[in-house]
Amino acid sequence: MTENDKASSWPTVADRSPSAAIAVDHLVKVYKQTRAVDDISFSLPRGSITGLLGGNGAGKTTTIAMIMGLVLPTSGRVQVLGHRMPEESASVLGRMNFESPYVDMPMRLTVRQNLTVFGKLYAVKNLPDRIATLADDLDLTEFIDRANGKLSAGQKTRVALAKALINHPELLLLDEPTASLDPDTADWVRGHLERYRRANNATILLASHNMLEVERLCDRVIIMKRGRIEDDDTPEAIMARYNRTTLEEVFLDVARGRVNGAKEAAR
Amino acid sequence: MTDSSLHRGISLHRIGAMILRYWYLLMSSWPRLLELLYWPALQVITWGFLQLYIAQNANFFARAGGTLIGAVILWDILFRGQLGFSISFLEEMWARNLGNLMMSPLKPIEFLLSLMIMSLIRLAIGVIPMTLLALFLFHFNVYALGVPLIAFFCNLIFTSWSVGIFVSGLVLRNGLGAESIVWTLMFAIMPLACVYYPVSVLPVWLQYVAWALPPTYVFEGMRALLIENTFRTDLMLSALAMNVVLLVASFGAFLALLCSARKQGSLLSGGE
Repeated sequence: MTENDKASSWPTVADRSPSAAIAVDHLVKVYKQTRAVDDISFSLPRGSITGLLGGNGAGKTTTIAMIMGLVLPTSGRVQVLGHRMPEESASVLGRMNFESPYVDMPMRLTVRQNLTVFGKLYAVKNLPDRIATLADDLDLTEFIDRANGKLSAGQKTRVALAKALINHPELLLLDEPTASLDPDTADWVRGHLERYRRANNATILLASHNMLEVERLCDRVIIMKRGRIEDDDTPEAIMARYNRTTLEEVFLDVARGRVNGAKEAAR
Repeated sequence: MTDSSLHRGISLHRIGAMILRYWYLLMSSWPRLLELLYWPALQVITWGFLQLYIAQNANFFARAGGTLIGAVILWDILFRGQLGFSISFLEEMWARNLGNLMMSPLKPIEFLLSLMIMSLIRLAIGVIPMTLLALFLFHFNVYALGVPLIAFFCNLIFTSWSVGIFVSGLVLRNGLGAESIVWTLMFAIMPLACVYYPVSVLPVWLQYVAWALPPTYVFEGMRALLIENTFRTDLMLSALAMNVVLLVASFGAFLALLCSARKQGSLLSGGE
């Protein structure tokens, strides 16, 4: 699928309408000699859940970091909730949130203290009530007054998710949201994200290596490889195009360079 | 945390949230609290006894009673002020929490203001007991300096913040590999700021360098006060003017280093 093909199936950045939650336009990031992200464009409508797939070094995290304004693009533009990033980030940072394995919550603070600090940073109204609701929803009550550093990996992930949801974000960027969770908890978190999206018409962009997760959650998948967009469509359409029954098989085709063969076979 | 947001309003609410974050941290860790008290106390005891010994054996020092111990206290305000600022910043790097803050509505100016307030809190925890030790053990009452003490304190704390802001920018840009600068940079200033001896001791060419540093004016001012009973307002005003320039320059450097960190992609890693 070429960039032009994609433009016909999904809203493009050229529209740059306020209705797009994220609009990425010819984004490039070069680190010294490495093109981490190589001229990618896509636009995500509000209320959608999109999966960003790709092997290690595909450029997923750099792309998300540029959307958040943590990394400056070498060239190209990013627009979030109708505002240019990072120039107008003050207008949107309070309306979005994120979770990433590259950042932690302070370990010595208790869960409640952490959520209090971040709730205040995001100027959350009725903060004690909000924390109580999140603790209930994400099953944190049992360890809410325990230091974050003393939690299991799964508990930490749920706390990080609580922090990501504390400000009722319109846009949620998630990097491996269910990594290190047991299958039951991971499934439960996915259910929570789905319910949150439905209840709030929130937009979610998630990078994941868990293909089942992407199949279940996402109504659109963007596959990246070596900084470029390799494919961009619904999970069903992508699987059909590669003549595969699971996204995992598609992922392996892309990762092992069997893209053209698989597509050809599908035709 | 955005550069552009600098021009919009500052939120006391967000600054309060950050102070709360550092306060929770401080109260959760007795070694952190103990360390705040330990080094200043050690300093004042060591130098206080040295001053007692010298005073018994030299007329000049007997006359200039308190210059050594006064210098120790003022030096600690300068050094601990910078350390208090920088350590609060480093806590975010150690905790890998910087990404969370950078992605929040917290603005750089609010972040820096919260670090300044925390440096005052940490300084108070360490230096107030130190001054009380000096009073009870060596009968040196730094508070008896009165209004000049406020001038000394303000000038020293402004310099410490400038150094703290600049060093934090360097760590932000270069990761924790640059952490040692936090602990060492102020010691590079120490011999030139003439903490324990007058500027006239330095070679003439080096005196020009010394007078380019605001703390030099403070320590000269302290000696003038303790030895000649003269409060040199000219020295304090010169230091203040230089500190204003330093603060603005350090904030500009911090923003430039933050921008460079964003280009480099080091905000997410923050590692070595």
